[in-house]
Amino acid sequence: MYQKILLATDGSQHSKRAAENAVNIAKCSEGSMLEVVYVVDVERAKSDVLTHWHAVDVNDSRKDQVSEVERIAKDAGVNYEVKVLRGEPGPVIVKYANENQFDIVIIGSRGLNGLQEFVLGSVSHKVAKRANCPVLIVK
Amino acid sequence: MSQSTYRESWFGNMKGDLLSGLVVALALIPEAIAFSIIAGVDPMVGLYASFTIAVTISFVGGRPGMISAATGAMALVFIDLVANHGLQYLLAASILTGIIQVIFGLLKLARYMKFIPRSVMVGFVNALAILIFTSQLEHFVDETWVMYVLVVVTLACIYLFPYVTKAVPSTLVAIVLVTVVTIMMDFDIRAVGDMGTISQTLPIFLIPKIPLTLETLMIIFPYALALAIVGLLESLLTASIVDDSTETSSDKNRESRGQGIANIITGFFGGMAGCAMIGQSIINIKSGGRGRLSSLVAGVFLMFLIVVLGDIVIQIPMAALAGVMIMVAVSTFDWNSIRTIHLVPRTDAAVMVITVLTVVLTHNLAIGVFAGIILSSIFFVSKISRVRVEEERKEGRIRYSIYGELFFASVTELLDQFQYDVDVEEVEINLSGSHIWDDSAVAAVDKIVSNYKSNGKKVNVTGLNEDSTELVGKLANKLGSH
Repeated sequence: MYQKILLATDGSQHSKRAAENAVNIAKCSEGSMLEVVYVVDVERAKSDVLTHWHAVDVNDSRKDQVSEVERIAKDAGVNYEVKVLRGEPGPVIVKYANENQFDIVIIGSRGLNGLQEFVLGSVSHKVAKRANCPVLIVK
Repeated sequence: MSQSTYRESWFGNMKGDLLSGLVVALALIPEAIAFSIIAGVDPMVGLYASFTIAVTISFVGGRPGMISAATGAMALVFIDLVANHGLQYLLAASILTGIIQVIFGLLKLARYMKFIPRSVMVGFVNALAILIFTSQLEHFVDETWVMYVLVVVTLACIYLFPYVTKAVPSTLVAIVLVTVVTIMMDFDIRAVGDMGTISQTLPIFLIPKIPLTLETLMIIFPYALALAIVGLLESLLTASIVDDSTETSSDKNRESRGQGIANIITGFFGGMAGCAMIGQSIINIKSGGRGRLSSLVAGVFLMFLIVVLGDIVIQIPMAALAGVMIMVAVSTFDWNSIRTIHLVPRTDAAVMVITVLTVVLTHNLAIGVFAGIILSSIFFVSKISRVRVEEERKEGRIRYSIYGELFFASVTELLDQFQYDVDVEEVEINLSGSHIWDDSAVAAVDKIVSNYKSNGKKVNVTGLNEDSTELVGKLANKLGSH
């Protein structure tokens, strides 16, 4: 029943578990499409550039972040596509999900930055509140 | 990655650039004033600089969407110059800084950025953050609890207001709030007006009043060189950050030239040398700015606000500015480097820490960067200077295979690994696992060969690669005997 599936990931353990669930859901319906979204936070551009000062391409390390998720999807034989977006994770995911009319959004319950989450509230919470489709938060 | 045409870089994103330019102008004012105060000059020097640099860079910069203005990194470098020689020398130094940067740009030196190791870059931003923070401590001396409370209120407002709305920069909200409270409650604390004057006029062209002598040049040149390097370093780092966050590329040599032109013009219009700003550029990108127009709007609107609101600006309490600067210091610091300090190689961590310590002790970012580069070169040299010699005996002959890079730092170790009084007729020295880099290496191999010869052995050198053969051919007969 879910054809267009959006999986938001940040490379954390929680988002890997979310990926497993997303793959299971994708397998339930014929011809489903899983879109894996990784959001680059502009606030973190400084530390990303400094961390990869000599790397040929900063984006390589970002692709590494989703490689585990890609492997899970590939092993299960699910149709998938990876997309890198830019901006503030919560609003960007919500906007992307709503504009492209996804059937379901799947997201891990907590990300990499624990302190920020404590202060700001989590990305998953924001997405659950504002997305127009069902949202699966994976613990 | 795509590079747009000049016209597109101006008008490709008009609405976004106009709005983000206004936001950046508001965020620039407190920083321009605070950096002037760090440097020990009137707030107008930083404000004029921010106006002329932002406007000039919008035309001649190589990275559309990046914001340049008066900065802390530069202000920290010329504190002593201003204290010892005054404002006119600073203006002259700004012009000279610009000339040096234009030359750097024309020589296309941006590509040599790759010689600056990551750990030195991290040390640079961390040292900058620490210096900005410590420069604020003097404002806390001899102050009452009212001032401390206002600093805390400023910081709370800066960090919490974004949850209400992100349309207005929270630093501006904090400053307006704290200023209004101070005026209403009539607190007796230091304000911007006590640190210098704000004149509500546009900058005018003037030639710095300095004696045009060699002595003057000797005074300003060391500062100008340090400023040129620090300015380009921060500008090119910021350009990379903007490249990354907008997924577009930029012309780094054009940016170097542009920074130079901007500093020359700034010096002639009574402003201090500046460079690109990481924080302001991120604000610009997040507010939707992408093109050259955003920088132009930011500069022009900033000047407009000063001309119109100068009377109010002098009433901003120092407590509010100190709060803003503490925020700037915290966001400049690369906290990730502390989290990962136990993971990176120990030598990298040492380079980072030494870079920071050198800057904190000398108050000069350029010296810290050089110390860091030299230290990491030494670490690198010592890492690759390890050579290994393998010995293989075969009926009456010995074959020594050398593995590693042969150059000035590795030859001493190499010579110790041979025994010359061996009981064989013939010795083969195989160099296929090594590379001869310089005259010291040629001399060392020569010496090994002649040592065996004088012990009556027959010596064969084999396995030289092409480069090494060429070098040996060039040098072997010319270095003389040992």
